Amino acid sequence: MDVIEVRLTATQLDPGHLLNAFQAGRLETGAVVSFTGLARAEGGQVEALELEAYPGFTEAEITRMAAEVAARHGLHGLLVVHRVGMITPGETIVFVGAAAAHRRAAFDGADQMMDYLKSRAPFWKKSHDAAGGRWIEPRPEDYQDAARWDAPAPLYRSDPP
Amino acid sequence: MARVLLFGPLRDLAGWRVRDIDVESLAALKAQLAAEDPTLGEALLAPGVQCAVDQVLVRGDVALSPVTEVGFLPPMSGG
Repeated sequence: MDVIEVRLTATQLDPGHLLNAFQAGRLETGAVVSFTGLARAEGGQVEALELEAYPGFTEAEITRMAAEVAARHGLHGLLVVHRVGMITPGETIVFVGAAAAHRRAAFDGADQMMDYLKSRAPFWKKSHDAAGGRWIEPRPEDYQDAARWDAPAPLYRSDPP
Repeated sequence: MARVLLFGPLRDLAGWRVRDIDVESLAALKAQLAAEDPTLGEALLAPGVQCAVDQVLVRGDVALSPVTEVGFLPPMSGG
């Protein structure tokens, strides 16, 4: 199986199914971390989220970043599945799975991939409520989170000097 | 000529998503869009707006061939 897989879809995601399929048949992988992002209702205000992508460009940019993330953390597998179109509260917007020999790499791989998706991947997100629509920009902490990975990877404490 | 794509809030601001415009450079394209619609012209110059030419991010001016695709990309937000 390929190390990197990136998919955009306009249909509902089943994170349990995605996770089972992602970890099936991995005989040398000791750790799989998955992240599921859901659309929030924000106290009942939000009727739907609209996710827009740039077809072709968005997949290519995410794939390029996923390859960087997989190489940095030595991942065995990295899966990104992202919704586009209209998403109602409670539905899954994004699923990320990271597989590695040991847990720290899998946690970090999923973490870095999500930080990228929140503020640097080519998506545009509009919140629809009773009053109309509003485009959502990343929060300052989203930009700070993504910037954590801009420095080269540090040596782990367990690495030999 | 270039096929121009607007994304996210730029699309709502301009009231269109895709247009074919006959220009020979990115700078000329921005100037023409600004002449037609000063609000859009100003929005395209905002610091967070990136530009992709044939699906590659570019900085500064570039020539546009007759089959070039130009995407204007406002600040991105996924997940």
